Amino acid sequence: MDLLLRGITHRYGATEVLSGIDLAVSEGEIVCIIGPSGCGKSTLLRFIGGLERPDEGEVLLSGPVPSGSLNPLTYVFQDFALLPWRSVEANVSLVLEDHPLSAAEREEIVADVLERTGLSDFRKALPRQLSGGMKQRVAIARALSVRPAVMLMDEPLSALDSQTRELLMDDLVALWQRERFTACYVTHNLAEAVRLGHRIVVLSRRPGRIRTIVEIDRDLGAREAGDPKLDAVQRELWQLLRDEARAADREIADDVA
Amino acid sequence: MTSLDQMSGGRATGESEASSETLRPVPYRGGGFRPVPIRLIGPLVFLAIIALWEAGSRSGVISNLVLPAPSEAFEAFSYLVESGQLWRHLSASLQRLVIGWTLGTALGIAVGLGIGLFSLARAGLLPLVSALFPIPKIALLPLFVIWFGIGEGSKVATILFGSFFPTVIATYGGVDNVDRTLVRMGQSFGLSWWSIVRKIILPGAMPAILSGCRISASIGIILLVAAEMIGAEYGVGAYILMAGSLFATDQLLAGVAILSVLGLIVSWLIGRLERWLLAWRG
Ligand SMILES: Nc1ncnc2c1ncn2[C@@H]1O[C@H](COP(=O)(O)OP(=O)(O)OP(=O)(O)O)[C@@H](O)[C@H]1O
Ligand SMILES: [Mg+2]
Repeated sequence: MDLLLRGITHRYGATEVLSGIDLAVSEGEIVCIIGPSGCGKSTLLRFIGGLERPDEGEVLLSGPVPSGSLNPLTYVFQDFALLPWRSVEANVSLVLEDHPLSAAEREEIVADVLERTGLSDFRKALPRQLSGGMKQRVAIARALSVRPAVMLMDEPLSALDSQTRELLMDDLVALWQRERFTACYVTHNLAEAVRLGHRIVVLSRRPGRIRTIVEIDRDLGAREAGDPKLDAVQRELWQLLRDEARAADREIADDVA
Repeated sequence: MTSLDQMSGGRATGESEASSETLRPVPYRGGGFRPVPIRLIGPLVFLAIIALWEAGSRSGVISNLVLPAPSEAFEAFSYLVESGQLWRHLSASLQRLVIGWTLGTALGIAVGLGIGLFSLARAGLLPLVSALFPIPKIALLPLFVIWFGIGEGSKVATILFGSFFPTVIATYGGVDNVDRTLVRMGQSFGLSWWSIVRKIILPGAMPAILSGCRISASIGIILLVAAEMIGAEYGVGAYILMAGSLFATDQLLAGVAILSVLGLIVSWLIGRLERWLLAWRG
């Protein structure tokens, strides 16, 4: 299933947040979206997930929804969004309970995704007993349980320390190699973008427009820290972003004043 | 020499300098502001006060006319038990309390959820609730008697209204405070409206609802006595009022003690409920 964004423009009150975004995301591709703070990345992701409607433009799906997909467009949130009163397995089964599945089928899916994310030993744990990295693993397991066609990830690793982030990035790469999932991945972290993105969309400061799209045609599994080519891409991205980020930073300060 | 070596060298000299002066520990400024539970202190305070009181009465420091001794109140209580009146009074009161409070709380949670979830309900009902909440329900008792009759109806209605409003306010406040990202998460996974209310909003509002229950239960007990002022033959409140009008202060104290124990039991029950329903908070 492919995703097509056409002429997305949006205003909150008088401020134009996004302006004329055209983007196509094809199946099995991870598209990273980077841009200065407040340029509308999260807003764009909410449009893609159908949680909000843009003023102008449309988000279109093409091709059949993969069979067995319970929730084609599935979020992974920055702050995990786990229910604190439910155990790990109950948090996963929450999103299956509204679908016509037998208890045994549900149990099978839960066991399977917890296995795949290395959480089998933590089934009965409550979120408050888990570290940040473990919580995000639960959130990823929950997203996988509904067999998403496209994963919408809004800074999924930003609340984690850098070591945990490295580990989870490795996990995501391994997962992609196995399942070839499609993803829109919003991040502030250029290293993450370079590590995980097949294409990297650079947005300008508010109102967010697509400045460039950088393509990295190196297999995800073959990307390693210190790869000169990736480092060059990362430097290039930083060049693009630096001035925007500085301007955006000042803009926000002006807004407050 | 690496820079690290230089640093440790620097620290060594710092240490020798410090030891030439006097060494003193960093002053401790943390702690406090966090009462920890201490067992047995509560009952001990009760016992000490009762013992002092009894001693005062026996030695004549506290006149019997002013305040009867605890032992006299206990005698009055024993008589209540032996004559079988205690159960009569207690069952009449408990029945009113349970029916009134349960209905009031259930309606209160329903209306509170409505105010928390629907704009129209909020716009229409919230001003009404705010206007009616501060009215002492005791003042409305004569009206309740006219509307619901002099029998059980008016008594249950008083308790019902008394526990309804605090529950409404606690519930809608709790719903307002439920983490919006959790609701958004539910929507993003395509959960039905009813699932989101039942599995995300209600549990999220539960801490607030339960503290509302604590308040409404106390209000219910207070109103119980007021409601039994009019035309009640049996009931702890009726017993207290009868004792009061006869200046049988020992019986009056026995009745008040029953109410206070009732309050303690209710608050203990709600505590158990909290521990069970809010175990996830740890
Ligand atoms: N519901 C809303 N109502 C009004 N303004 C909003 C709303 N949501 C976002 N905005 C504004 O729209 C702009 C873009 O917000 P958005 O959260 O999409 O930015 P972002 O790129 O995700 O930023 P960040 O990098 O800080 O997460 C911001 O200026 C924000 O203040
Ligand atoms: Mg954002």
